[in-house]
Amino acid sequence: MTEPLIYELSSPGRKGVSLPAVDVPETTFPEGLVRENLPLPEVAENDVVRHFMRLSQLNYCVDTGFYPLGSCTMKYNPKVNEDMARLPGFAFTHPLQDPGTAQGNLAMMYALQDWLMEIGGFAGMSLQPAAGAHGELTGILIIRAYHQDRGDKERTKIFIPDSAHGTNPASTTMSGMDVIEIPSDARGNVDLDELKKHCDERVAGLMLTNPNTLGLFDEHVREVIELIHGCGGLIYGDGANMNALLGVVRPGDLGIDVLHYNLHKTFSTPHGGGGPGSGPVGVVEKLVDFLPDPVVGIVDEGDETKPPLYGLITPKKSIGRVKAFHGHFGVILRAYTYMRMLGKSGLRAVSDYAVLNANYLLAKLRDTYKVPFDRICMHEFVAEGHWDDAPDIHALDIAKRLMDYGFHPPTNYFPLIVPEALMIEPTETESKESLDAFIEAMLAIAKEAREDPETLKSAPHKTLFGRMDEVQAARQLVLCCRPGYLDNPDNK
Amino acid sequence: MTYIPHTDKDREEMLAVVGVDRLDDLYEAVPENVRFPDLNLPDSISEMEVTQELQALSEANLEVFHTSCFLGAGAYNHFIPSVVDHTLRRNEFYTAYTPYQPEISQGTLQTIFEYQSMMCQLTGMDVSNASHYDGATSLAEAMILALNQHRGKRNKIVISPAIHPHYRQVVRTYSQGMGIKITGDEKSDTESKDLVKMLDGDTALVAVQYPDFFGNITDLSALGDAAHASGALFCVVVNPLALGMLVPPGDFGADIVVGDGQPLGISLSYGGPTLGIFTTKDKYVRKMSGRLVGETVDNRGQRGYVLTLTPREQHIRRDRATSNICSNQGLMVLASAVYLSVVGKQGLRKVAELCYHKAHYAAERIDALKGFKLWNKHPFFHEFVVKCPRPVAEINERLLEWDILGGYDLGQEYPDLKDHMLIAVTEVIAKEEIDDLVAALEEVSND
Repeated sequence: MTEPLIYELSSPGRKGVSLPAVDVPETTFPEGLVRENLPLPEVAENDVVRHFMRLSQLNYCVDTGFYPLGSCTMKYNPKVNEDMARLPGFAFTHPLQDPGTAQGNLAMMYALQDWLMEIGGFAGMSLQPAAGAHGELTGILIIRAYHQDRGDKERTKIFIPDSAHGTNPASTTMSGMDVIEIPSDARGNVDLDELKKHCDERVAGLMLTNPNTLGLFDEHVREVIELIHGCGGLIYGDGANMNALLGVVRPGDLGIDVLHYNLHKTFSTPHGGGGPGSGPVGVVEKLVDFLPDPVVGIVDEGDETKPPLYGLITPKKSIGRVKAFHGHFGVILRAYTYMRMLGKSGLRAVSDYAVLNANYLLAKLRDTYKVPFDRICMHEFVAEGHWDDAPDIHALDIAKRLMDYGFHPPTNYFPLIVPEALMIEPTETESKESLDAFIEAMLAIAKEAREDPETLKSAPHKTLFGRMDEVQAARQLVLCCRPGYLDNPDNK
Repeated sequence: MTYIPHTDKDREEMLAVVGVDRLDDLYEAVPENVRFPDLNLPDSISEMEVTQELQALSEANLEVFHTSCFLGAGAYNHFIPSVVDHTLRRNEFYTAYTPYQPEISQGTLQTIFEYQSMMCQLTGMDVSNASHYDGATSLAEAMILALNQHRGKRNKIVISPAIHPHYRQVVRTYSQGMGIKITGDEKSDTESKDLVKMLDGDTALVAVQYPDFFGNITDLSALGDAAHASGALFCVVVNPLALGMLVPPGDFGADIVVGDGQPLGISLSYGGPTLGIFTTKDKYVRKMSGRLVGETVDNRGQRGYVLTLTPREQHIRRDRATSNICSNQGLMVLASAVYLSVVGKQGLRKVAELCYHKAHYAAERIDALKGFKLWNKHPFFHEFVVKCPRPVAEINERLLEWDILGGYDLGQEYPDLKDHMLIAVTEVIAKEEIDDLVAALEEVSND
């Protein structure tokens, strides 16, 4: 079922596009600056269409079926979002045109900032960060700038629970601050006693994922936050799991000072095979002046006869730009469409049914799969993909076997604090029927693990591709198409 | 509209299985005094209503489709063949996640592999990652690679003032906690020969743009040689479309090539999403950040693709990772791969040449106008600077009456280039539109 590389479909002299003739007098090219060879493919439009159509068919996606990838919130992506992002009045606007000629864009962005502030309990919002990890870096730089501005230059310690996403420590390192890892206690909460040991005047802050990556709402959240605030630190909230909290609790009300959202998780924008995402950052009042440059604001309030005039405003003590232009506008627009449609009641229902679906799966699977931190979960939970009486079977085998049953596997081997982790997040857009089918497959696999382990070890069987040799990929690096096509002198 | 499929019966059955009476009972772990806030948000509306609202909002914008757009400065209005968006609309591509499960993600993986190959060929480099967020963050990642390469022993970055102002701002934002010095861009007229003088034993990276922010194309090989002689890495920020005709930076010694992929089939969309190009030499592959796809075989002997060298990344190495990046611009990578496939070897050259000829025609005609003067002293690609007889903002406001979106006001970012306009001309601009611009500029300067 392999599809040739586009280069292998290439034939010298073939064209895929027609372009107009030059309609102005030609100018000579600068000497010594023009390239002689450009080894790109030469294919017809039909070749291109078929090639990428066939490639598309090698992908599993949300629109194929259930995709319970923990921590990724693979909910249904409404089709109207796609159409709105392609309206010519949005899609053909230039990022540097005068704000006076882009009032539709700015009004939309202003409203979205406002809604995200309301949901999170924040006083300011930047839509500029391109992804969750980018939002983290932005937020940590804001925390750093806040302390620096107060002359608190010794505050460089950032606490990160051991259940956190890997992006948390990586973002902290990029900001130039120091990572202190904090273990979890027996109920999956931040270990308070351990945290107390490290609290001193060098604390810059703590990065908190709540609900955490076990899918649990931290039972000590108040104590943790009070402890950090008490020693002068700030709380960064990793909003990856906001799908559980819409209208349930505002992170700002809990005492979180900075938080990033993932519009591509909570607010239904498509994941695009790995991006683009969008990671807006919200802050409490005392951090508003440090937001990235610029934010969307009202520059003239207007009156009964004229609408308000929106513009781009530089916060007074801004950390600076984190991205060219205005963030992932097309993604922001999709999230706006979704939030506008769902409204207040719909957004609350998102969390209610996301949490119900996760608890339903947990209830149906906990007798078969060990759940190390077993209590009412939020929008996801973590089970162990391993049994003592089936010693050869690992989480990976279960994941691969699920593909044969027509499902995308859950996240595996994360969080690191659960051995053989299977992190399951159903989202609210899955029906009871689709959950029941998944439960049936999970129970069948558990049975197979004892009766026919070999079928699991060698899974998947029904997919178009089998397990890949990842060791070979890393040892004999082939990272671009050079042999073959480019060895042909005609292509040089 | 909520997209939640549950019937009342489903809900009651599921609550019974979970063992609670009501949905509200699922949240007992949430502190009671802050539970269930009354949010001040609009009410739910239908799909039809949201469509009408957004249509109206979109019409409050001026869009380049109905103007002659001479505004560039890092975002360009190019022709995008229909096949690009038809492919982007394939659900299998846009509703998939990161290809962590290669058995069911070969479509995304092979697309990235083809994209990586095309980026290597365009830039003349050995390896490409699967993309960063945009050109600006790619440049910041190049800085981090260079600092890591020198293991903290070199703490100076030299950057040309002719790199996009936003990119330089992002580099400064990223570096604020790193304790390093960024220099070179203090004066707008600093050229590559001046940058050579700033290189020393503390310089980790020197970065320039090609064509530069003012459109200039110059021979950068002397700067590359000087960088290597001083032990610094040499980074070139490119417009990938210009590489359809220009000598690739790999040919004049670049160690890292970055740039924004927007000109390659990605719509303007108010500046995002686009993608960040990042290519380098083989010897830096393990220090390069971002996802990377490699070729391998499956257990049935079929050629296949996987994410590889993942131990560099944050989910494995956490605080010691090369970067915090946890995504790539997957769908934008697809757009560029489809664009470069359908435009192909000859088409990309043709697009670049159309831009070049049209821009030079426009420059020559504007330079001949009384009061306007072409500022560029070097050859340029599809963008050039003209000194204007009036403030650029005033001219642009008048040009709107002609349905012309004027060029970028350089005075905003370069105080000594007050009254200088950066004009971009792409292949979508017809000769008549250039003639109209010239006529409009002449009229505007006379009143």
